[in-house]
Amino acid sequence: MAASSAGMCTVVCNLNRQFAVHFPRTITQNICNNICSRSLWTSVPRYHSQPQIKKKSAVRELVGVVGLEIHAQINSSTKLFSGSQVGFSAPPNSQVSFFDASLPGTLPVLNRRCVEAAVMTGLALDCTINRKSLFDRKHYFYADLPAGYQITQQRVPIAEGGTLQYSHLIGHKQGQVVTKSVRIKQIQLEQDSGKSLHDENRSQTFIDLNRAGVGLMELVMEPDMQCGEEAAAAVRELQLILQTLGTCQGNMAEGQLRVDANVSVHRPGEPLGVRTEVKNINSARFLARAIDYEIERQMEVVGSGGTVLNETRAFDFKSGQTIPMRDKEGLQDYRFMPEPNLPPWWCTTVVLIDAVRERIPELPRATRARLVHAFGLRPEHSFTLVNEDGLTEYFESLANMTRAEPKKAIGWVIKDVLGLLNQQGRNVSQSPVSPRALAQLLDLLEDGRVSSSAAKTVFQELWKGSGRSPAQIVEEQDLGLVDDSTEIQRICQSVIDSHPEEVRAIRAGNRKVLNKLMGLVQKQTKGRADPVKVRAMLEEGTS
Amino acid sequence: MIADMLRLTIREVSRAFRQGRISPSELCQKCLDRIKKTKHLNAYITVTEELAARQAAAADERFRRGAPKGPLDGIPFAVKDNFCTENIETTCASNMLKGYRPPFSATVVQKLLDQGAVLLGKTNLDEFAMGSGSTDGAFGPVRNPWSYAAPYRDGSGAEPDSDWVITGGSSGGSAAAVASLSSFLALGSDTGGSTRNPAALCGLVSLKPTYGLLSRHGLIPLVNSMDVPGVMARSAQDVATALGVLQGRDVLDSTTVCPPVEHSDLLEDIDVSRLHVGIPKEYHAPGLSRETLAQWGRVADMLERAGARVETMSLPHTQYSIVCYHVLCCAEVASNMARFDGLQYGHRSAVDSSTDALYAATRLEGFNEVVRGRILSGNYFLLKRSYLRYFVKAQQVRRLIARDFAQVFRSGVHLLLTPTTLGHAPTHAHFIQEDNRTRSSQEDVFTQSVNMAGLPAVTVPTALSGRGLPIGLQLIGAALQDRRLLAVAGWLEREVAFPGIQLPWDTEEEDGERAERGQTAL
Repeated sequence: MAASSAGMCTVVCNLNRQFAVHFPRTITQNICNNICSRSLWTSVPRYHSQPQIKKKSAVRELVGVVGLEIHAQINSSTKLFSGSQVGFSAPPNSQVSFFDASLPGTLPVLNRRCVEAAVMTGLALDCTINRKSLFDRKHYFYADLPAGYQITQQRVPIAEGGTLQYSHLIGHKQGQVVTKSVRIKQIQLEQDSGKSLHDENRSQTFIDLNRAGVGLMELVMEPDMQCGEEAAAAVRELQLILQTLGTCQGNMAEGQLRVDANVSVHRPGEPLGVRTEVKNINSARFLARAIDYEIERQMEVVGSGGTVLNETRAFDFKSGQTIPMRDKEGLQDYRFMPEPNLPPWWCTTVVLIDAVRERIPELPRATRARLVHAFGLRPEHSFTLVNEDGLTEYFESLANMTRAEPKKAIGWVIKDVLGLLNQQGRNVSQSPVSPRALAQLLDLLEDGRVSSSAAKTVFQELWKGSGRSPAQIVEEQDLGLVDDSTEIQRICQSVIDSHPEEVRAIRAGNRKVLNKLMGLVQKQTKGRADPVKVRAMLEEGTS
Repeated sequence: MIADMLRLTIREVSRAFRQGRISPSELCQKCLDRIKKTKHLNAYITVTEELAARQAAAADERFRRGAPKGPLDGIPFAVKDNFCTENIETTCASNMLKGYRPPFSATVVQKLLDQGAVLLGKTNLDEFAMGSGSTDGAFGPVRNPWSYAAPYRDGSGAEPDSDWVITGGSSGGSAAAVASLSSFLALGSDTGGSTRNPAALCGLVSLKPTYGLLSRHGLIPLVNSMDVPGVMARSAQDVATALGVLQGRDVLDSTTVCPPVEHSDLLEDIDVSRLHVGIPKEYHAPGLSRETLAQWGRVADMLERAGARVETMSLPHTQYSIVCYHVLCCAEVASNMARFDGLQYGHRSAVDSSTDALYAATRLEGFNEVVRGRILSGNYFLLKRSYLRYFVKAQQVRRLIARDFAQVFRSGVHLLLTPTTLGHAPTHAHFIQEDNRTRSSQEDVFTQSVNMAGLPAVTVPTALSGRGLPIGLQLIGAALQDRRLLAVAGWLEREVAFPGIQLPWDTEEEDGERAERGQTAL
């Protein structure tokens, strides 16, 4: 099933779509000039505004429509409306204030940090920050919702009308970058609920209120996506943005970022189909799988003349399927009401918004563009750097310290440093080889003082963390290039003399055999001879 | 001598403490004795005798050292049982919260305790403050002390137990406590008139402060957007003294505001001749008693004679206040009561077949019919299909009501003079002939619109009716004019010379003391 849904993704994605496919050079210019015109709006209105779909045969074909609702736990030391600490893996019910437990007579007090986080996130996503925002109560009975209502923002959220641009890599060796955008309908602040643990055997429920009242940003994305891979790419980009801003830690597995997908299918040009809501997704990879499964399922339902039910479905990662959830909420009337204990919250453009805007760091998209522009990196390399926390900084300090070309340095960073880090399950800050040491090594290479194969040996030595500099290692282990031309000449001559067959072949015009001889020479010099010199000498000796 | 002590004003008591004429402990004991003697009034749900004695002893010590904390040090007070009191049962007169001991005290309670005031106990009310008679609580109705005073008894042929009058409500317990002289001061809560109504029927002065002037933190809410802690005492100066301590911003209540700066707790001597007083004509409501109307005219004349400009005004939207209040109140009640599910605190039903069944049974057993009725209507008003027709409409009308007041005050009027209630206190037997909702809409008619607009209002007793029961009038001011209202109330108090209550127990006590003194003399 997994395989077929992965296949489905491609099919779905390519239907009737004009991809903004940029080959590396194009994207370089595109991003550098900050031109967004090529990015693709895959919004629903697009179908209405472009009724003449090019491929006639495809007009009647179904496509998926995907919108996301994302709950991002605000990275704040205290809760949204109380002074309780926010922390994970604390003993149950140890981080619960009187307000969190909804003791009668307690009142909410808005946490400034949470507001600032939402404002910052809104600004980073090009949203309009509402000057005045309001809180509402959303009522429903559930054991882990102690007040019987959740304080949220139904009428006037903190931010509205933004855009998330995201890119993903496709094609041979992931060398093509596709940039798209999804509209952000709104960002609202709301309280998290507690957690219920059901003991089916004893038919008991245990309630842990540690999470109750933690601040959430709910980001609602318009149904501008068409398949799981797009949704996953959008979520990954959002994750990076939130982490860069520091407004959410963004770990999906720990529930800091929770994604629900609204999925429907329709024929382009026709109204949207009935949607289902897919929940219980705890990674970007599963998000893609869940959505693609659901699109395929709905296509089968519609294709066989059935109707899709408006329901909530859970993703079962073991089977890769979505299954209807027992309808605990049903079609509820939440009886929204203004929260009377919180006065309207006024956001002054002068003080708060501008102050927050100034604190917004460089966002991932800009970082990637800068890496491509300033260092001439390939876009996929810029993605790799930005995706790994601290790797961009590592690369930048390396590039600034070494005389080697950034294009050479990036190979070392990605293949050697990141490769080993991943292998050993470490993060960038734990790298035993500092950018400075690597820069010294690359300089030795650049200056022709070590060969590239010797450089790898030095790198291995550095990784062991002995504290010695690359130059010291080269000297101690005698890894420097053999400078003595007479010595190299002698070795070359002995190789030529002992391989008459090969020499004959070369003289007959088979130049490839020369490489074999080169290998033999390097073997004798332990890779320390300058290959250019060796090649020249061998050519001379075999001509 | 000591019985007279119970009649003193707070300032007089404080002076007596400082002069050593009486100690806080002696006074506290006197109040506790009075509480026992007046137990049949059903004013208190919980009497915190031991705690009170400890607090009074601590006050004794401070006065001995000559270092009292302030004007309320050693002053006995009572608190309506819908304010949280740390580790002291707080029931809201509901089965739902019987036995509930909050882990914290309401800000206003804490402020009084911090000033050295002595908490006597928690007073009776209508369940969750929903009512206007103090007749609908899980602990039974409260009796008006004036039912036992000479003027009423002299005119009544019946036994006191058959024709006693109600206190009004919902802060009836607090009113009865202060009126029967068992407490000098009491906190009530006022959402639609709940401190002013019983204060008027019990012959007390009561302030419903500007919304936000006093913290609501720890007040178990009825309608968050209208609730205010109210102060009840026997004189305007006593209320002003308490207000000075209680008002102010509270970080735990985001709707609180900074009070205007005052340099003294003493009420100024107001120059009545410079006042512009409005008489809202819409308050000539059907059912207004002849005697109350007469008092209204009398006081208006009094003000005019003193040089004030008294004019008839119009508040055209006031007539819609009650129906609008009904919608908003029920909606908030439905929401506020949702937390009482039996899981964490309060009553929990034995029914445990499912969580939903547990909720349903708990709430059926825990709430009385009045509360359940309001929850039901509130949920109806908040339904998606009703929201615009009821809730939003009511909010719009609420804005019009507030605008009426704002226009009147902008036109230069300093205060409005109105009746507080339709008439004097009805007998319990008469009152319970109609249901809670009917009575609330009748009784709150003059008091309720002030809560809609968040304005301050004070009720002042002006006379006894022909039946010997108190009649009060209400002064309404612009936002944050609380002190000015109290100053006018103080002037009025002096002009009308409302009689002090004479209860049968007073004479008993006085006789006892006389006998004691006689023995000493011998």
